[in-house]
Amino acid sequence: MILRSALLGAAAVSALASAAFAERGADGNVNVLYWQAPSILNPYLSSGTKDVEASSLILEGMAGFNEKGEVIPRLAESIPTVENGGVSADLTQITWKLKPGLLWSDGTPVTSADAKFTYEYCTAPDGGCAQAARYEGIKSIETPDAQTVVITFEAPKPNPYQAFVGGTSPILQAAQFKDCMGAKAPECTKQNFGPIGTGPFMVTDFKVNDVVTLAANPNYRDPAKPAFATMTLKGGGDAQAAARAVMETGEFDYAWNTQINPEMQTQMAAGGKGVFVNGFGTLVERIEMNMTDPDPALPEGERSTTKHPHPILSDAKVRQALSMAIDRQTLVDVGYGTAGRPTCNLVPAPELYASDNTGCLTQDMEGAKKLLDEAGWKVGADGIREKDGKKLKLLYQTSVNPVRQDFQALVKGWWNELGVEVELKQVDASVFFGGDPGSPDTFQKFYADVEMYANNFDGTDPEPYLAQYLCDKIPGPENQWQGENINRFCDPAYDALVKEMAATADLAKRGELAKKMNDMLTKDSFTVVALVDRGRLSAASNTLGGVVLNTWDTELWNAQDWYRVK
Amino acid sequence: MLTYTIRRLLLAIPTLLLISLVIFLLVDLAPGSPMSEIPLTVPPEVRLKMIQAMGADQPVFVRYLLWLKQFFIVEPSYIIDGWFGTNLGGDQQRILSWQSRAPVFDVIGQRLPQTLTVVGTAYLVGILIALPIGIYSAYRQYSWFDQLGTFFAMVGYSVPTFFTGVLFIVIFSVNLHWFPSIYDTTLKVTDWASFWKQVHQMALPVMVLALFNAAEISRYTRSSMLENLGQDYARTARAKGMSERTVVLKHVLRNSMIPVVTIIALGMPAVFGGAIITEQVFKVNGIGAALIGAIHANDLPMVQTLTFIFAVLIVLFNLIADILYGILDPRIRYD
Repeated sequence: MILRSALLGAAAVSALASAAFAERGADGNVNVLYWQAPSILNPYLSSGTKDVEASSLILEGMAGFNEKGEVIPRLAESIPTVENGGVSADLTQITWKLKPGLLWSDGTPVTSADAKFTYEYCTAPDGGCAQAARYEGIKSIETPDAQTVVITFEAPKPNPYQAFVGGTSPILQAAQFKDCMGAKAPECTKQNFGPIGTGPFMVTDFKVNDVVTLAANPNYRDPAKPAFATMTLKGGGDAQAAARAVMETGEFDYAWNTQINPEMQTQMAAGGKGVFVNGFGTLVERIEMNMTDPDPALPEGERSTTKHPHPILSDAKVRQALSMAIDRQTLVDVGYGTAGRPTCNLVPAPELYASDNTGCLTQDMEGAKKLLDEAGWKVGADGIREKDGKKLKLLYQTSVNPVRQDFQALVKGWWNELGVEVELKQVDASVFFGGDPGSPDTFQKFYADVEMYANNFDGTDPEPYLAQYLCDKIPGPENQWQGENINRFCDPAYDALVKEMAATADLAKRGELAKKMNDMLTKDSFTVVALVDRGRLSAASNTLGGVVLNTWDTELWNAQDWYRVK
Repeated sequence: MLTYTIRRLLLAIPTLLLISLVIFLLVDLAPGSPMSEIPLTVPPEVRLKMIQAMGADQPVFVRYLLWLKQFFIVEPSYIIDGWFGTNLGGDQQRILSWQSRAPVFDVIGQRLPQTLTVVGTAYLVGILIALPIGIYSAYRQYSWFDQLGTFFAMVGYSVPTFFTGVLFIVIFSVNLHWFPSIYDTTLKVTDWASFWKQVHQMALPVMVLALFNAAEISRYTRSSMLENLGQDYARTARAKGMSERTVVLKHVLRNSMIPVVTIIALGMPAVFGGAIITEQVFKVNGIGAALIGAIHANDLPMVQTLTFIFAVLIVLFNLIADILYGILDPRIRYD
């Protein structure tokens, strides 16, 4: 009897103790649905969004981005800046200090050597590191002590928050990956499927392209987090089914990228089991104008190259007229609903870099017709405009995607109204974006007059993104069509601005330069005709608390703060 | 019979080699690139390096010969190592998927259990439904039961699974909340409660697939039964004063089963191949889902290996069907 009450007492004390000390694992299991299932949990071997986001639950970098796009510390004690001496005055060095007492999920200490190893891992030859761009321009990485990482750049880096910042550039455990350098990297299946990390969760089981089972990391730096003891990250199906599992059946707590049409969004929201969360980043759906001639009559190797300027679209007035004829709000209503908004900018965010360019938002059909008249394109007998016997006829290509096909049909309608004959073409996404130099249908080859797709930039700094429009980045046969200047835009004044930005550290000045470049490409020249600023749309159950959608880092950036609403 | 089997097996070798070459060339010539799923934010130089690391920039014949070596020498030695603890495989390169960088055979090993349980059960359930329906429909030809059976077979055969699947989800998951719409592959059956859960989550995909399978097999059973019911030996049996039960279930059914059994054997490779659409709809993530995912991602080693395994299975089950035919029907002799 005495023994029994003593045991009961002990049980009561321990129950109280666990309630008082920590809530880690108190909320049971959380179910997350990624309809594109993760294939690998090492973001250095795959830059697919699904893989990067799933691994961000386990692996972390020195810092990350919050939902406002600000850099926030993760493993680092604080964010190094020029003011606090963490970044050298000449911008060639950044010093990161690790938080004291950090442990990997296996209980060993995190040291600066791990960071240095990660750099060596990603830059090793033959490794095919998918995030190599994050470590570009680094001269050396020194580790004066176990807590300090000093990165020295080859040239001044106005934006030093690249390496070890965000979900695409986390720190790996040197001890685990030491035999996986270079060509050995893909063979380390065990490591790539179960990396040891510092994040709120650790992998307990991984089924390729199917499901990741995770458990709370016992050594996570905040003893009270994460609130969930386990997480199941399931994959498969499509966006619509994923939305249904959260919004209608309530089987899942969170579904990633539930991009469905506005009509279905309303229908699913009526299910009442969850809410759609959305946020806007830098992804812009746009029509790109080809400044060079894609005429099939030209010899192969000269089509869509700078040798032959475009016979129609070289005239800025024509490009402007084509932009003016588009009603961007209608496009948003048809394709994206709450997950989109009309834009005229190539760089729609962050605020610092976003131009106040809104001139394109109202459709102006009459103005557009007038512009074409001025440019010498007169309406012919068949209703098609012509000039010097040449008809105003455009080939408009994009990838196969229901929303893009709706957009094509709408835009074609408006352009027909202007008196422009439009031929539509759809290319399978795996070919269009595949980059195969042997295929005539890639977006880089641009064997069409105009083409539509979406693009964005990584993180919050648009400098590399705007630098894509340099004259020497024009794709062509000499570089196996691998350039990023898809429009074949070339302006020495623009190149000078890119150079200036690379040497400017002052944020306000950088913002000004970025706006200027954005305007040169959009409202001044209509080389890039921005259509829709596409947000992220995900679904969260009403019983899941703490969800903050972040478009600057991975969507699971704050999974440690998620909890069960009771 | 034995010599016939051996001859067929030997003949299968060049056939399969040819099939593997054709598949490899087809998959390779198909447009698309493993880089198409990579975000545009990744610069071209990095893409090029990734392609090189995958070995995807090698000439097609080098890659084909490497694949042959990996499939026929390296992978079997790994399997033998796994069974007997030997070390034949050493550190030879296995067939790695481009998507996940994992050995393709490990992925198949992970995927096969759920495919076999779901698609296999559906096939079994389909057969169990189809046989009685087919037999009774034939026995009472043009009765209301026969008409109803014909109607369901037509519906089951002509309505695609992506429609019935979503329809069943909307009815049974969204509105009635009876069954889950998403299959949990991590569920382990250890006791009655988890077994019940497994039955629960299998219910919808099995229903969809069984309807489809039953439709086909019941039609074959019915027509084969009809043919035999009109034969002389059936009349003789009746004339001998045998009960209807014996006439139909012993004499007629046995003879009618010969073509049905071959049809069932020929359908077996599909059980291993999984059900691409149904698996996708219910997130079963079996072999079918793996194949379609690999095709989307242009994961050539995965597509090639999976399709080749299907080819092997089809050749094998064709042979089994032929042998079964010989065993069931004494009139057929191969030697």
